[in-house]
Parts: sequence; C-alpha cells; structure tokens
Amino acid sequence: METTDIGLWGVPLAMLGGAIRVSTPFIFVSLGEAITERSGRINLGLEGTLVFGAMSAYAIAVMTGSPWLGLLAAALAGLCFGLFHGWICKFPKVNDIAIGIALMLFGTGLAFFFGKPFIQPSAPDLPAIPFGNWSDIPQVQAALNVNVLFLIGAALAVFLWWAFRNTRVGLIVRVVGDSADAARAMGLNPNTVRLLATGVGGALAGIGGAYLSLYYPGSWTERISSGQGLMAVALVIFARWNPLGCFAAALLFGGAGALGPALQSVGVTQGYYLFYAAPYILTLIIMIATSSPSRTLAGAPGELSITK
Amino acid sequence: MADTVSSPDVRTILDARGYRAALEWTARRAEAFVIPLAAMVVGMVLFSLFILAVGKSPVQLYETMWRGGFGSWFSIQNSLSRGAPLLLAALCVALPARLGLVVIGGEGAIVLGGVAAAAIGVALNGAPSFLVILLMGVGGAAAGGIWIGVVGALRHYRAVNETISSLLMAYIAIALMNHLVEGPLRDPASLNKPSTQPLADIYRIGNIPGMEVHWGLVVGILACVLSWLLIEKTRWGFAARIAGGNVRAAQVQGLAVGPLIVGFTALAGGFAGLAGMLEVAAVQGSANGSLAAGYGYTGILVAFLARHNPLAIIPVAILLGGIDASGGLIQRRMDLPDATVLVLQGMLFIVVLFSETFYGRLKLFNPDLWQRPHFLKGNV
Repeated sequence: METTDIGLWGVPLAMLGGAIRVSTPFIFVSLGEAITERSGRINLGLEGTLVFGAMSAYAIAVMTGSPWLGLLAAALAGLCFGLFHGWICKFPKVNDIAIGIALMLFGTGLAFFFGKPFIQPSAPDLPAIPFGNWSDIPQVQAALNVNVLFLIGAALAVFLWWAFRNTRVGLIVRVVGDSADAARAMGLNPNTVRLLATGVGGALAGIGGAYLSLYYPGSWTERISSGQGLMAVALVIFARWNPLGCFAAALLFGGAGALGPALQSVGVTQGYYLFYAAPYILTLIIMIATSSPSRTLAGAPGELSITK
Repeated sequence: MADTVSSPDVRTILDARGYRAALEWTARRAEAFVIPLAAMVVGMVLFSLFILAVGKSPVQLYETMWRGGFGSWFSIQNSLSRGAPLLLAALCVALPARLGLVVIGGEGAIVLGGVAAAAIGVALNGAPSFLVILLMGVGGAAAGGIWIGVVGALRHYRAVNETISSLLMAYIAIALMNHLVEGPLRDPASLNKPSTQPLADIYRIGNIPGMEVHWGLVVGILACVLSWLLIEKTRWGFAARIAGGNVRAAQVQGLAVGPLIVGFTALAGGFAGLAGMLEVAAVQGSANGSLAAGYGYTGILVAFLARHNPLAIIPVAILLGGIDASGGLIQRRMDLPDATVLVLQGMLFIVVLFSETFYGRLKLFNPDLWQRPHFLKGNV
C-alpha cells in the first residue's frame, strides 16, 4: 500500500483505525467478564482463556481451512474453561481470584504446549468489510477496513445492555449477583447461575482470542496477548458493569493502544515503549479516579469479592 | 492458689484440657502437612494422565524430571540457582497475603529493581566494590519497594483493587524498563539484545565457595527466615495477622492499618526488587529484557503452595526451581514442548487451591474422632 502524505492527520486517523482493530478482543472479553461479574463472581482466568482461544482457533483454522470453524473451536474451548472455573469456585473456601490466576497459568501453559507446531503455518483470516472504499486515501481505507467480529461485538453490547434490563434471564443474573440470599428466596440456585454465566463469559473470551490469531495481528505466537484478558477485568469495573460502557471503554483502550504505532508512523520514535504502556497507565488512572474507600462503586454487584 | 491446684478435680480438668490442646495442635499440624502433600500427589497423578493422553510415558517423564532437577550434584546446584530468585519473588506474594492482599505483580518490582541496580552500578563505576554492591542492593530494593508500596497505598487509601493494580503496574514497569534499556541507559555496543552497560567485574556477585550457586540463595533464605520472624515473633507481624483477619477489628483495636499495609507491601516489593538486583549482579551482568523471565509469576505459585508461610517457601521454591531446571532435559529427552512444566505448574496450582476446601472438613483431622472413635463407641 502506498502512502499518501496527509501529514499529522495521519495520527488521529491511525488511532481511529487502531481503535477499531485493537478494541475487538477487549469488547468480547469485557462483555464476557461483565456477564460473569454481574452474577457475582470474578474470573481472572480469562487471560488464559484468551490465549488458549487464540491458539485453538488458529490450529483448527490451519487444519480445516475455515476460520469460522476456528472461531467455533475457540468459543467451545473458552466455554470449557469458564465452566471449569464456575464448577471449582462453588466449593466452600475456594478463592475465585486465586483460581483465576491458576487458570491463567494453566491456560497459557496448555496453549503453548499444543500451539508449538502451529507457530510456522499460516491460517486463513476472518473476513473484513472495506467501509473506506469511497476514499482515495489509503490511510482512510485502512482505518475503515472493519472486521465482522467488531460489528458482532457492537451488536452484542447493545443486545446485552437491553437483555440485562428487559429479560427474565438478565434479571436472574442480576439478582444472583446482588444477593445470593434473595436469589435463593426466589427459588434460584446461585451456583448454577454463576456456573452458566462464567461459562458464557469464557466462551466470549475465547472468541476474543480467536480474533487475535485469525485477524489482528493474525498469527499465533506465544506473545499474542499482552494482558488484554486482565485489562478487560479492569475495563469492566471502569464501565460500571454496563455492556454499552464496556464497548465504549474498549474503543478508548484500543485508541490508547494505537497511540504508539500511530506516532511512530509520523516519525515520533522517542519514548515508543512509554506510549506502548498508555493503555495500562490509562486503566490505572481510571481505577484510581473511580475508586473510593468510603463507598462501594455505583453499579457494583453486591456479591462481587473484588469491590467488597 | 496452691490448694486449688492440688485438688484432684481441678487437676483432672487441667490435664484433660492440656491433653485436648495437644490433640488439637497435633491435628492442625497434621492437616497443614497432609493436605498440601496430598494435593501435590493428586496434581502429579492428573498430570500423568495428561502425559498419557499425549502419548508419552509419565514414568519416564518423572524419572527425567528427577534426574534434571535433583538426580546429581550438578542438577541440584542448577535447581538451587533457579530457586534463589523464587524465594524472594514468593515473599512478594506471601507478605501481603498475610494482610489479606492478593498481589500478583511482583514481576514489575523485579524488573525495576534490576534496572535501578544496573544504573547505580554503572554510575558509580570506580568506587569501592563493597559500597557499590551495597548501594545496588539498596537501590534495587527501594525501586521494588516503592513500586509495590504504591499498590498497597492505593489499596488502603483509595480502595483500588490490589490484584489488578499490581498487574497493571507490572506491565508499566516492563514498558519502563524497555524504554530505559533501549533509550537513555542503552549500551551502544549491545546490538541485538539492548542492554545497559555491563557491570565491572568487581561489582559482580560470585558463587558460594565450593558451589556453582551464587550468593543470592543465601540472601533469599535469610529473607525468608527474617520474614518468618517478623510475622510470627514481632508485634508488627501480630498486628498484620489481625488486620489480615479483619480490617475493621484491627482499626477498632487502634492499629495503624494504613502504615502497616504500606510497610508490608513495600517490604514485599523490596524483596522482589532485591531479586532483580541479584539477577543483574550475579547472573546477567547488565539489565536487559531477560529480567522479565517470569520469576514473578512462578513466585505466585510458590507462595500459594507454601500457604504464605515464609519458612515453607524455602523447600517449595527449591522444588519448583528443580521443576524449572528439568524443563530443558524433558524437552530434549522426551521431545515434549518446553511449556510442559508450565502445564504441570498450572495443574498443581489448581489442585492446591482446590484443596483449601478440605481444611476443617475432614474427619481424619478432627480430634474428637481420635479420642473417641465412633465405630467403637456407637452413637454419641
């Protein structure tokens, strides 16, 4: 692709494109984590699920030639990880945060173990829709080349926002997350609801991983995730457990992550690594700004261990 | 008083009480040993099934692992070397855990401790070696201590969740190290692997006499013993244990919980920073990307396996050092990926956390059933 000289306009444009490209895994992992946390449990293991999802999607896509089968495999693998987390956390005295860390280690270990033979071969990519074809400028075309998963993620965020308010299932998840006693009084089994919510959360995280290996950056390596799964946990807190907020926050993170490469493309190379840290710094600042020792966070599920 | 003690009734009661206390003490100790050991065994059995499923022999694997980790004096020294940084990295998790905090970002403190030590060592080139090494240690510990101390302060004064903030801080620390090592502190001679200037030989830390293991092992063991003394034998440790049990209760008792949390997290980070300094001064000779080798993350596993007891950290860290050390041999002899040991670690971690659910619930460790076996006494 030739570059047309559009000067400093390249920076916001590259950030927009970057935001759309980089945010998709954040959207899926954070929506999944939002469902899990709304049910009153926290799953830090989504980082491992994301990496394992990336590996299994890539492996299946290489073997079958279909990226969609790869995506399905990642979702199923994520479902298994989520269900396992949900099952093991129902036992008394088992700490959901610590189990999450353990599953993170285990998921990455398994992904590296089975992913070794797939570092070399190349898999078919997930398709993207070129929304920028009206423009002659290659940068605009590149920025508006939008993957279908981004669109699905956006639709899912709207759907979940609606479903939490207006459906019976949404109400059940919220009640279980706010008070296990109230849920039991309604005849619900909190463990079952949490098991399913964690399973769905895992499946979405698996899809987020599939996007990484099958679209952007679009290959399987052992460095494919730089903590996206964990940042999604912070992102859910920032978004106040609101799916629409998760979508907006994911875009913001994607934009922050694209800042370094965008500046580098216009010749600013000083402090490249510091710009690379921008999403983490942003997350930390947001967490400091929104936390308070004197009250629980607005919108926080009452049963959530991390905000108690 | 004397006549009451000599009264036979009271004496019987006291004896019964002493007997009862001894029984309970024994039961608690037995529980604390048997459950983690059983969990390790179960984890190893599950891992055997995994190895069978991928078509290899678990017997050969454990044999190779033993040979690579502890089978010869050479491999034992290798395991001790790899265990040395794990001792300090595990303290970074275990000390805050006593206050009820889950800090998982020790890697950040290790990395910054290493960079600070390298910067000091290069800047003070020419000064007497004992002074420079001392200052490198102090600088490394200070860098790590500030990093994790901030996590503790944010937790107490702003209620920022320490698990996530410490992890974000670790990513920021690694970016900061990359920035410094690629930019302001870079040695122009390091082409393929950006590094700081190499330390002069007199500022390097050597091996323990008669061994191929550097002095970091001694530092790590000392740190574990001192931490144990701090927690078990001092009033600060006592206060920390109260605060870890119930923050409100500690505050009602008039304990300064804020300084306690900041102090403990800063000390924990200081130990991790020291691990980074040792990695630079004893192993690498300069600060570079190898500092982020994952010791911080393995340290989490060590601390949890040791149930956050600093003395238990010593054998567990050496055991995991051995598992790490055997990774290469497993890869060569058995044609398995190097991530095999990571899978084993993950499995052990999950099983050990799961075993928490059995504390206080097993009849085996219930002194009542020792005193009066129900199958002998009938219904009670």
